[in-house]
Amino acid sequence: MTVKLNRTSRGARAGVVVGALALTLAACGSDNAVTPAADGGSESAAAEGTSELAGELVGAGASSQESAMEAWRAGFQGANPDVSVSYDPAGSGAGRTQFLEGGTDFAGSDAALDEEELATAEERCFGAGVTELPLYISPIAVIYNLPEVTEQLKMSPATIAGIFSGAITSWNDPAIAAENEGVTLPDLAITPVNRSDESGTTENFTEYLAAAAPEVWTEEPSGDWPFTGTQSAQGTSGVVQTVEGAEGTIGYADASRAGSLGTVAVKVGEEYVPFSPEAAAAVVDASPVAEGRAEHDLALELQRDTTEAGAYPIVLVSYTLACLAYEEQEQVDLVKGWLTYLASAEGQEAAAGAAGNAPISETLREQVTAAIDAITLAS
Amino acid sequence: MATLQTPAPPAAGDEELRRQLTGAGLEPRRKRADRAMTVVVALAFALALVPLVSVTWTVLSRGLERFDLYFLTVSMRGVFGGMDAGGIYHAILGTLLITLFATLISVPIGLLCAIYLVEYGRGRLAKAVTFFVDVMTGIPSIVAGLFAYALFALVFGPGVRLGIAGSVALSVLMIPVVVRSCEEMLRLVPNELREASYALGVPKYLTILKVVLRTAIAGIATGVMLAVARVIGETAPLLIVAGTIDSINTNVFDGRMMTLPVYIFGQYRQGNVSCVAGAADCIPTINFDRAWAAALTLILIVMALNLLARLIARFFAPKAGR
Amino acid sequence: MSLTPTRRPEGAEPSLTPAESMTHGRASLANRAFARLSTASGVTILALLAAVTVFLVIEALPAVTTSPAELAERISWFPETGGILGYVGPLVFGTLLAALIALLIGTPLAIGIALFISHYAPRRLAQGLGYLVDLLAAIPSVVYGLWGSLVLAPRIVPVQDLLAQYLGWFPLFDGPAAQPARTVFTVGVVLAVMILPIITAVCREVFLQTPRLHEEAALALGATRLEVIRTAVLPFARSGIISAAMLGLGRALGETMAVLMILSPGFAYSFALLQAGQHQTIAANIANQFPEANTAGVSTLIATGLVLFVITLAVNMLARWVVSRRADFSGAN
Repeated sequence: MTVKLNRTSRGARAGVVVGALALTLAACGSDNAVTPAADGGSESAAAEGTSELAGELVGAGASSQESAMEAWRAGFQGANPDVSVSYDPAGSGAGRTQFLEGGTDFAGSDAALDEEELATAEERCFGAGVTELPLYISPIAVIYNLPEVTEQLKMSPATIAGIFSGAITSWNDPAIAAENEGVTLPDLAITPVNRSDESGTTENFTEYLAAAAPEVWTEEPSGDWPFTGTQSAQGTSGVVQTVEGAEGTIGYADASRAGSLGTVAVKVGEEYVPFSPEAAAAVVDASPVAEGRAEHDLALELQRDTTEAGAYPIVLVSYTLACLAYEEQEQVDLVKGWLTYLASAEGQEAAAGAAGNAPISETLREQVTAAIDAITLAS
Repeated sequence: MATLQTPAPPAAGDEELRRQLTGAGLEPRRKRADRAMTVVVALAFALALVPLVSVTWTVLSRGLERFDLYFLTVSMRGVFGGMDAGGIYHAILGTLLITLFATLISVPIGLLCAIYLVEYGRGRLAKAVTFFVDVMTGIPSIVAGLFAYALFALVFGPGVRLGIAGSVALSVLMIPVVVRSCEEMLRLVPNELREASYALGVPKYLTILKVVLRTAIAGIATGVMLAVARVIGETAPLLIVAGTIDSINTNVFDGRMMTLPVYIFGQYRQGNVSCVAGAADCIPTINFDRAWAAALTLILIVMALNLLARLIARFFAPKAGR
Repeated sequence: MSLTPTRRPEGAEPSLTPAESMTHGRASLANRAFARLSTASGVTILALLAAVTVFLVIEALPAVTTSPAELAERISWFPETGGILGYVGPLVFGTLLAALIALLIGTPLAIGIALFISHYAPRRLAQGLGYLVDLLAAIPSVVYGLWGSLVLAPRIVPVQDLLAQYLGWFPLFDGPAAQPARTVFTVGVVLAVMILPIITAVCREVFLQTPRLHEEAALALGATRLEVIRTAVLPFARSGIISAAMLGLGRALGETMAVLMILSPGFAYSFALLQAGQHQTIAANIANQFPEANTAGVSTLIATGLVLFVITLAVNMLARWVVSRRADFSGAN
């Protein structure tokens, strides 16, 4: 018996040793996934003392901005080593809610605030109101998986609406063939793929369809896909993955994620425009600021049915929401510095490199800068 | 069963019986049915191996690409797009810490409950506990996650994400498993030991602590290890209550915590990256590569725990066990 | 996993121990304290289960008491008509459908495997083969999801096409089969793999418990191995198989990640297994919507979670009840 007891306690001791060993081993990791040396430029910038900013900025919101935010955070944190910015891509709705409840310092949202939310925002921002900055402009591509078709397909808004509403079910449908003369279209069923979650991408896409092809697309624009029983997936990545998953599929997604998939050139006026950052920026510049908004609220009235040459009308404009007043001076400086970086040519370029979005134009930047300058200490 | 088929010596002269017993005189139909069954059963087994082999092969072949020391020792902080960088250190740490705390919650409750059932439990209460422990093993993991969320949301307000909430969710799943295995181990302890101890005038609680538990400790350790192995791969509850984060967080009581399963899911969900033409440091499939490598790590951890459990069971179990 | 509840060893009636009657003072105090502590732990289990129920009910209450119209206004994915029941209904249907497919594929396979291990494989190999099947249980569900979505789904497309082509007249296999195969059929196959180990383990144990005498009697009557199984093993194991299937069903009902990662969700009462966008399960729906849900949304999701909880509890209790009945039976053997 004693032998047995000795053995077991030795076993227990061995267990402790193993556990301790595991813990020691576990203590040798680091957060430096990207070696600072590779980022020498920003480090020297920090050493020069260009930044006195310190503190923590918390944001949440649209998942469409996720890639851009990652690039922005890396760039901003690189230049300001004492600042840590976090962004939770929880979705536009969640981002707005958290921001309005005071849980976050800024939010990303694919849609501008509605009136009710504006009223709440007034309160949350110490009576100073809120600013909505269109800092992320991205074309939405209509992507399809037809490896045998090498030419870029052309489609009018009515054709796209027909496909997504289920009226056009085959790739060699006369409607598609008429617009793509000389292209051999396969006799293959079309599988439209949409987002399963509520999303700004869906809202912008359906808005476009409703505005540009009202006679075919009779559904109300909405963040939720209006039809059921369709192939759907969560998030932009989910849609892209599903389209990649089988031939004959067609979907809509943030253009930066189109990858090697085919993209549709969309009919605008009399010509067909393939997506490009410039074409997307063109439609934003052609769109006025929404009426009835406060001075520094840059919510846009997008012209979906524009006929302007070279404009690509299926765009997603994602706003960065911030207060016009914060409680502490440190926070004011931090938010100003952050937003200034986002709007700067450098910041927009960094995002474009990572997310493939369209950099904002000079005219828009001027308006944005004016709004950022208006951020003050709450009185 | 082969041994059983050897026929008993047949009565001499009874040719019919001999033929039946040796199977020589079987009708062809019965014989064929028997053969067919053998094939069907063997096929069923082979079929079950297909997914096992396929999963193992895929995880190994796709996971080994990125599975190296760098991957194991850095987090995802500052990594974005198709960067050829980033690792799972923060997720491993999160998984270990959350599971550790889940174990710290589950083992005392589970062990004491098992002691109650074996040494004290009588009557309706014990019956109820046994029954509900069984029922608890069937709680879906997502419901455990919702429970932890509901609990912590009442205290910290909605939208709460904490490592410890993950531990609580996991312990809801873990406690019944711990109770079950501890109970079995305690029942294996021979009664003679208890009686001998009582005969020496040792009080009951000391008998339990010094004799019963000591004898069963190896089995209990094995059971706990297997319980840990079972919950360490849980994803759904952690997705709900522990959230995601790309940096190291060593404090389960503050802030979000990444865990390996959630990391795998997160990487999977991000999907392929579209690289800008000409970008040097960009791998389109980087997210899937990381997901597979993390899956490999997770499976290795689970296997290690299982192996450790079996080793403990083999080397330290009381001889009377089997 | 032992199925038959182990009975208390008879010699260990604690109240009769002489040690207890002899001890007094500090020792007896410690004795009582320890007894209380362990009893309290037992009660904790009951309390915990009660707490799970109570907290879920508390959080789910707003969704049940708020009017459906208001919910529909506050939650984007809430149906305009039908209310909370109209929302849960298709989810329950999808959950049951996926789990049943898994069960229909998994149970016969598991019985076959268990028979192979218990009655066909060479005795020396049996235990090792058993471990092999158990390994399937060691793979985390998120890895199954990864595998199902990236490896299995592309490869199952031809199977679905075949089914739709030749069995399309049967409503279950109504075509056209979805491309890619993010269907409830694929989900069912993956779930079947995931519940194989538990069903196999229970079946194997039950098969091994077949009274030796029954088997030998059948052999002595000249039965083939198949006939032994049909006449002695399976009748004895019937209730064991049923409870094993129930346990597997419980697992499949609550499985989240594999469904979430494979299925293209939809909210319909549809039996078209090969079509995408028709079904969704409760668990996957929660995981899908929870991270972005607002307060009303969270409450609604928790209400659906409560429904899942009740369903799995019912299934598990039923399984345990079958087991306990069987325990009484086998006592006679």
